[in-house]
Amino acid sequence: MSEITLTIDDQPVTLEPGSSVLEACQELGINIPTLCYHKALGGYGACRLCLVEVEQNGRTDMQASCVYPVQEGLIVRTDTERVLRTRRIMAELLLARCPEMEKVKEAAAELGVTETRFPKKNEDCILCGLCTRVCSELMKSGAVDFHGRGNTREVGPAYDKHSPICMACGACAIVCPTGAMDLSTVSSRPPRPVTSAYDAGLVQRSSIYIPYQQAIPKVPVIDRDTCMYFLKGEELDACRACETACSAKAIDYTQEDEIVDLDVGAAILSPGFCLFDANQMLELSYSWAPNVLTSLQFERLQSASGPHEGEILRVSDGEHPHRIAFIQCVGSRDYDHNYCSSVCCMYATKEAIIAKEHEADLECTIFYMDLRAYGKGFDAYFERAKELGVRYVRCRPSHIEETTGTQNLKIHYEAEDGTHQTEEFDMVVLSVGLEPPQDAQLLARRFGIELDENGFARTAPTSPISSSRDGVYVCGPFAEPKDIPETVMEASAAAAKAMTLLAEKRGTEIIEREYPPEKDVSGQPPRIGVFVCHCGKNIGGVVNVPSVAEYARSLVDVVYVEDNLYTCSSDTQARIREHIEEHDLNRVVVASCTPRTHEPLFRDTLRESGLNPYLFEMANIRDQCSWVHMHEPEAATVKAKDLVRMAVARARLLEPLQKGKISINNDALVIGGGMSGMTAALNLADQRFQVHLVEKEETLGGVMRDIRFLQNGYSPVQWLKEMVNRTVDHPKINVHLGSELKSVEGSVGNFSSVIAKKGTEETIEHGAVIVAIGAVPGTPTEYLYRKDPRVMTQLEFEQRLGAGEEIGERIIMIQCVGSRDEEHPYCSRVCCTQAIKNALQFKETHPRGEATIIYRDIRTYGHHEAMYTEAREKGVRFVRYEPETKPEVAVEDGTLYVTVNDPVLGQPLRIEANAVVLAPLLLPAEDVEELAKMLKVPLNSDGFFLEAHMKLRPIDFATDGVFLCGMAHSPKLVKESIAQAMGAAARAATLLSKDELELEASISEVVDANCDGCAYCIDPCPYNALTLIEYVRGDQIKKTVQSNPALCKGCGVCMATCPKQGIFVWHFKPEQINAMVDAALEVE
Amino acid sequence: MDKMNEFEPKILTFCCNWCSYAGADLAGTSRLQYPPNVRIIRVMCSGMVHPNMVIEALTKGADGVMICGCHPGDCHYLEGNLKAEKRAEAIELLLEDFGLEPERFRLVWVSASEGPRFAQVMTEMVETVRELGPSPYAT
Repeated sequence: MSEITLTIDDQPVTLEPGSSVLEACQELGINIPTLCYHKALGGYGACRLCLVEVEQNGRTDMQASCVYPVQEGLIVRTDTERVLRTRRIMAELLLARCPEMEKVKEAAAELGVTETRFPKKNEDCILCGLCTRVCSELMKSGAVDFHGRGNTREVGPAYDKHSPICMACGACAIVCPTGAMDLSTVSSRPPRPVTSAYDAGLVQRSSIYIPYQQAIPKVPVIDRDTCMYFLKGEELDACRACETACSAKAIDYTQEDEIVDLDVGAAILSPGFCLFDANQMLELSYSWAPNVLTSLQFERLQSASGPHEGEILRVSDGEHPHRIAFIQCVGSRDYDHNYCSSVCCMYATKEAIIAKEHEADLECTIFYMDLRAYGKGFDAYFERAKELGVRYVRCRPSHIEETTGTQNLKIHYEAEDGTHQTEEFDMVVLSVGLEPPQDAQLLARRFGIELDENGFARTAPTSPISSSRDGVYVCGPFAEPKDIPETVMEASAAAAKAMTLLAEKRGTEIIEREYPPEKDVSGQPPRIGVFVCHCGKNIGGVVNVPSVAEYARSLVDVVYVEDNLYTCSSDTQARIREHIEEHDLNRVVVASCTPRTHEPLFRDTLRESGLNPYLFEMANIRDQCSWVHMHEPEAATVKAKDLVRMAVARARLLEPLQKGKISINNDALVIGGGMSGMTAALNLADQRFQVHLVEKEETLGGVMRDIRFLQNGYSPVQWLKEMVNRTVDHPKINVHLGSELKSVEGSVGNFSSVIAKKGTEETIEHGAVIVAIGAVPGTPTEYLYRKDPRVMTQLEFEQRLGAGEEIGERIIMIQCVGSRDEEHPYCSRVCCTQAIKNALQFKETHPRGEATIIYRDIRTYGHHEAMYTEAREKGVRFVRYEPETKPEVAVEDGTLYVTVNDPVLGQPLRIEANAVVLAPLLLPAEDVEELAKMLKVPLNSDGFFLEAHMKLRPIDFATDGVFLCGMAHSPKLVKESIAQAMGAAARAATLLSKDELELEASISEVVDANCDGCAYCIDPCPYNALTLIEYVRGDQIKKTVQSNPALCKGCGVCMATCPKQGIFVWHFKPEQINAMVDAALEVE
Repeated sequence: MDKMNEFEPKILTFCCNWCSYAGADLAGTSRLQYPPNVRIIRVMCSGMVHPNMVIEALTKGADGVMICGCHPGDCHYLEGNLKAEKRAEAIELLLEDFGLEPERFRLVWVSASEGPRFAQVMTEMVETVRELGPSPYAT
């Protein structure tokens, strides 16, 4: 049927037959008040607020626009005095019925009615019928309906009894315009709020939802478990409200899971972890006390995108809490979890710091057992928290009690002096632990891999990535709880392991896309095509798109303009290609959404038309215009025109750009022949890359040579021997022993290094560098070390134990010798595990022996907690000391004594010892500074190499082509060094596997004529991409700056530093940016 | 139409591609409303904006100019934002030389998840400049 045209307030509008006058008004953007109208249900004509004057065949009538169908030639008036007066009377009638309901008051107030002249009834329902209609027509339940007649008419379930057929979907309450509908009076089922998993259950969501703002792809998904269409069964055809709402017609209820068969040579399992369910610990009141949250809920509460935009508010009353307690080890380190979750101490500290940043007078208290700040930079962060006033209380609270009335929380705990304490807080955060992922068992069965006693994937200490089955690799917290850096390292390591199997097939599955040859547009005057998008109603509902398009036609160099319903749809893409051809366009501007999501798509369209992709520009008239000025259509239209003018101005100056390419050398240089260096070298060699391994000593193995036992008594000696042999024998590894690196020149893909060995020098060419120079144990200067032979380091103790030497029956270990003090404020990470491992080994060979470990915090994170438990069970004694009262070692009458102040007993203990074993700190390797200078990479304040990003790029340096692993990064356990070393190999391989490196096109370029070599730009460059050079020009020496395209990332810091316009960034040239400024300000 | 007489400031905002431009987009997807006086220019990094660009914009008639970048530590280019911070000091000195009030320029950090902050900062800037009145260079 043909469309119908009618006139509303003198404006013509065309719609499909069957549409209502109300829809016609909405099409024109005319605001009509409604209470009983819902798009998914259509009109009903109950509230009568939408009355309009309809003129047909010379007769004028008042009609409810929501139910009056459009007719050809109809004349409608929405703003006559008669219309407004009648609407006001309707509002008064509604107000008389429901004088207290906010929504009714608001609707009346909009019509200028604040008081009613009719007798008041104090009802809460206006009998609009939305709830009954949604329940029967859409949800096909029919649980609520009208009963009674006339004055006694009301809405409710049958016989006023809780309805057994109601599914508690809540649709009636959602559509109710007055808020009168209370689900608990309708349904015999309890209401089941659907909450957002992303917001940790703090926020409700609908059954069709976008998981979170940064979701990729950012499209809504239907939750089949709560969607009424699926719950009722497809044959009933229930709801479909989302389908009605979607103007793009994108909802498809028939989509099913697809089963895809893949042929693979290796599998990597990284299913993550599952948070401990705090409902299991009834003593913590989480299940019923609203102000007890999990740490993840608190994290969401603090987030700018969280429930209250980052404001921390109590769930019970929306008030700001003043006292927050964090309880550690909830679901970790207990009877059911013989492991430490590794991350909670630091995330609680972080959450406390951020909470205090929000409100400085907030009191944060963390109840903990051992403060496990074992990672790189963690102890410094912990110290900062203490400086900011975060209070740490060492204990494990017994229970939490909710106070009636205030809903505050009382925490009961035993203080260190043994007294029972009670403290009240406004909010409690439970630091919930990490458990294996829910489907771990299923996954393990399917892949035929073993799980350990805690349900995590089983791995071995010397092969942390390998599962019990060849070719199946695991990474992340699936194998053991771990922090982000270790997870990222392991992920790269898993890729490295898989690539040794797949090396032969590398690149065979890549399908290159073919594009037509690029047209040469140089010298052509700009011919710009502008495409303005309605984005359905998203832009078109606010901005007057046709007028923006009309305006674009008036702009200089614009030769073609059109507006599209959806510019990104595939048919519009085809049309853009046709128009490029037809109108010989050489620049394209799309005015639509954000370039962050859609620029790649449109650039691709240009390439398919033979245009250089850089000849494209976008005007963001949706995300940054129509959506943020929804109530100001005129101003939004003006702004959209400005944005289009700015985009066109820039487009006129756009230039075609090509991504440069450099050929690269596929060999790698690994510096350091310890376990990490060998692991990295072997992996690269197994991936068929040629490797140069440089070691300054005459033998391979590093610190690992001194280690006799790993956990559970496993001896790594034979394993290390095999690794050394394999390294030496590997045809792809060139081992340079007794050698030193003299210099490193060049940059990513093309390095040239000089290796010196006994007076001879060799230059090698390579494409990547891996730094694996390790760390060295410090030499203790206290506790009678080197003054009494019975005082030794853990490594020395391990040697003697391994060699079966007589040690005696009473040993005392002292932890943190040199670590965590003012000079070295970091934790050496490995010493707690090492001490317990050696104490257990000692107990193995000396069943009647006594071992005492004097410590500050026991940091047996992850699965090592089980060793700590075992040590306590086997009678190893643990005595804590404070840094202010260090233990003392003394010799009296030839007997060795250790005196320590026991904080639990509150008095000094004096213990006799046959041997005192010290855990010295781990220091950066001696030549670390020299190497850092040579490679132009930074060190941190502790002297270890500083990675590109603490969490996200723990293996990379900011300088491309240079990677790091092992203890050169920071002290770490054997399995962690192995994972990072393999990770470094993977990172290097992503580069070395290419023959050419594709460079950024939008990078810096020096204008030699303007550059006078002042060198202001050189230091600010974050990538060391600029160098000052001199050359002979005429009879003079000319200084100028040179930019290395392989290093430049196009940030433009140089451009903004240069006082003489001597350097610019392609695609962001000053004239291109200034053109936008001028266009915005309408400067001619 | 009294509104015609009311001064509507023109504000230019340079947003870095990685954080602030995304934050501005998020304000949109969250439907947060702010005054329509702001025109955003996308740059790759806040450290890319030359002080001259800011001063030229102000002397060509912008009533206010902002640079928005990533929070310290979050810069996509390591520390371009810190360079922008240093330059902001220079820009403030230049403003004085050009007889412009310091409030006409602002450097702020807005992350990709701070849609509300973006809307709030824009609203504040428009209000501040509205109170200052038109730029002395505005025609």
